[in-house]
Amino acid sequence: MPPLQTAFVAPAPIPAAPPPRSETGVIAWLRANLFSSSLNIALTVLCVLLLFWTVPPLVKFLLLDAVWTGFDRESCLARPERPVVGACWAFVAERLNFFIYGFYPIEERWRVDIFFAALAFGIGWMTWLDAPRRGLGMLYFFLALPVASFVLLYGAPRLGLPIVETAKWGGVLVTVVVAAVGIVVALPIGILLALGRRSSMPAVRLFSVIYIEFVRGVPLITVLFMASVMLPLFLPEVWSPDKLLRALIGVAMFSAAYLAEVVRAGLQAIPRGQYEAAQALGLGYWKVMYLVILPQALKITIPNMVNSAIGLFKDTTLVFVVGIFDLLKTVEASRIDPKWATPVTSVTGYAFVGLFYFLGCYAMSRYSRYVEARLAQGERR
Amino acid sequence: MSGASNAIAGFLKPAPLRTPVAVEMIGVNKWFGDFHVLRDINLKVMGGERIVICGPSGSGKSTLIRCINRLEEHQRGRIIVDGVELTDDVKKIEEVRREIGMVFQQFNLFPHLTVLENLTLAPVWVRHLPKREAEEIARHYLRRVKIPEQADKYPAQLSGGQQQRVAIARALCMNPKIMLFDEPTSALDPEMVKEVLDVMIELANDGMTMIVVSHEMGFARQVADRMVFMDEGQIIEVNAPDAFFANPQHERTKLFLSQILH
Repeated sequence: MPPLQTAFVAPAPIPAAPPPRSETGVIAWLRANLFSSSLNIALTVLCVLLLFWTVPPLVKFLLLDAVWTGFDRESCLARPERPVVGACWAFVAERLNFFIYGFYPIEERWRVDIFFAALAFGIGWMTWLDAPRRGLGMLYFFLALPVASFVLLYGAPRLGLPIVETAKWGGVLVTVVVAAVGIVVALPIGILLALGRRSSMPAVRLFSVIYIEFVRGVPLITVLFMASVMLPLFLPEVWSPDKLLRALIGVAMFSAAYLAEVVRAGLQAIPRGQYEAAQALGLGYWKVMYLVILPQALKITIPNMVNSAIGLFKDTTLVFVVGIFDLLKTVEASRIDPKWATPVTSVTGYAFVGLFYFLGCYAMSRYSRYVEARLAQGERR
Repeated sequence: MSGASNAIAGFLKPAPLRTPVAVEMIGVNKWFGDFHVLRDINLKVMGGERIVICGPSGSGKSTLIRCINRLEEHQRGRIIVDGVELTDDVKKIEEVRREIGMVFQQFNLFPHLTVLENLTLAPVWVRHLPKREAEEIARHYLRRVKIPEQADKYPAQLSGGQQQRVAIARALCMNPKIMLFDEPTSALDPEMVKEVLDVMIELANDGMTMIVVSHEMGFARQVADRMVFMDEGQIIEVNAPDAFFANPQHERTKLFLSQILH
């Protein structure tokens, strides 16, 4: 047995060496992630089978057997030389403008395009966390954009933009407008409600609590019915806002209550020391909130807000029960058109809607993952 | 310091008090629920004086200095800061807070802002200084606390000692008449305590009115005009540091000092 080492001095620094072969490369990755235990092996096999059963038929229907061109139902019917017909994309292609703009007059549709572009610009500005002048971006997104969009889409005869009644709006336009209002209008209201719920003034707190709990306790569809059926009963006829506006108010009210709770969670995550340090500098309540608390609280709530936005984006389809022509409704109206009556028309229409919503929601989900990763890197402190 | 223009010259030294008495507490009582945390506090701090408050944890020393800028509300008695009495009047409270700088145990820098932005936030939004002047003042105080090169970093990129020095500079940028320190070195690694205390000693030498809650007895001996010892919400003993350390009068003070000065 060697003698016990009682004194030691490191002779030379040990240089870093590459890891053993078994720890890197494809094989190691596969073993670590897919075949690390018997349960993992079973799950891997199950997933492969599931993919095998679902993906090939889907690809076959949506792509391989699909009909890409054509002018009416004839092109999408089964014929002796082509017994199996996949998705009828020709139908979607022909109706695409209707799906996007609804009955918006053809010569005015450039206004919708500008709206889409302006909205995309605003979303880009808001979601890019390192963007320059984000304060200005907020002003643009929450103030300038809503007003300008309304003028642009509804029209202003004085500016040479003919009025387009909201009854003519439809498709993606309506879906996007409803979803955007559900965020852009609802978020500021939600922030105020969240601040109100944490206010030291009992009346303000009580109002916020009642509002939030009441709206959260009611399904969106009820709020929409209330807004579109009951609101006109209370208001004189001249005051009664149009159908789309009523639905928008309902969606914004509904969404504000949910966002209020999301924002409140963020406010609660900010340490008390932040409030105290800001107050000790002589900043008043609103400045403390605007300069110190909300920038931090809103940033950590982005993933939760995106989660709410995903839910809301899909919930916008509910407006069609009160007779508004959103994307789903335009597809509904088109798929029963005799001109395109084939066995695959409905499935294709729904597949298109599904794809649209999936892409939107998946993009939001990826964004929220990205923000989470950034927050986890310790941006906060 | 050269380069400081006349416009900001007034911001670079302690602001004069309007009254000879900086802070006066008369019969102050405070409760947290049923807990009587401050009991009949009477304390008068003169302009330019340095007071160090010590005592066991839970004795109410932090609560006492937090009452001076109304981060805590007192329920009975009067607190008068440079001639302004603290009441429910929010305007008065904000006026008092503008004139008092505070440094916290946990630094409480704003993590979403750079060091320079932390320093200019209040001068711009509360004092309504132009941004350029606020930055000039901020850079002056960063030099004073010896970290001018960190201006564009975020607080998370700094060591604890550097963060606390930024916090001191942030308070000084408001050109306060009185500075409150709530255990400023308690959350620091041992090697970083000295760099913060050095800044505080320099500040004391400039004639700033300071009220410091601290257990750094070496610092207290060096800068304090008076020591205040608290226990169970009461002021037990007040004395000049020499007499306080050499010849404590109250049994409780003797016991406390024997336990912290081994």
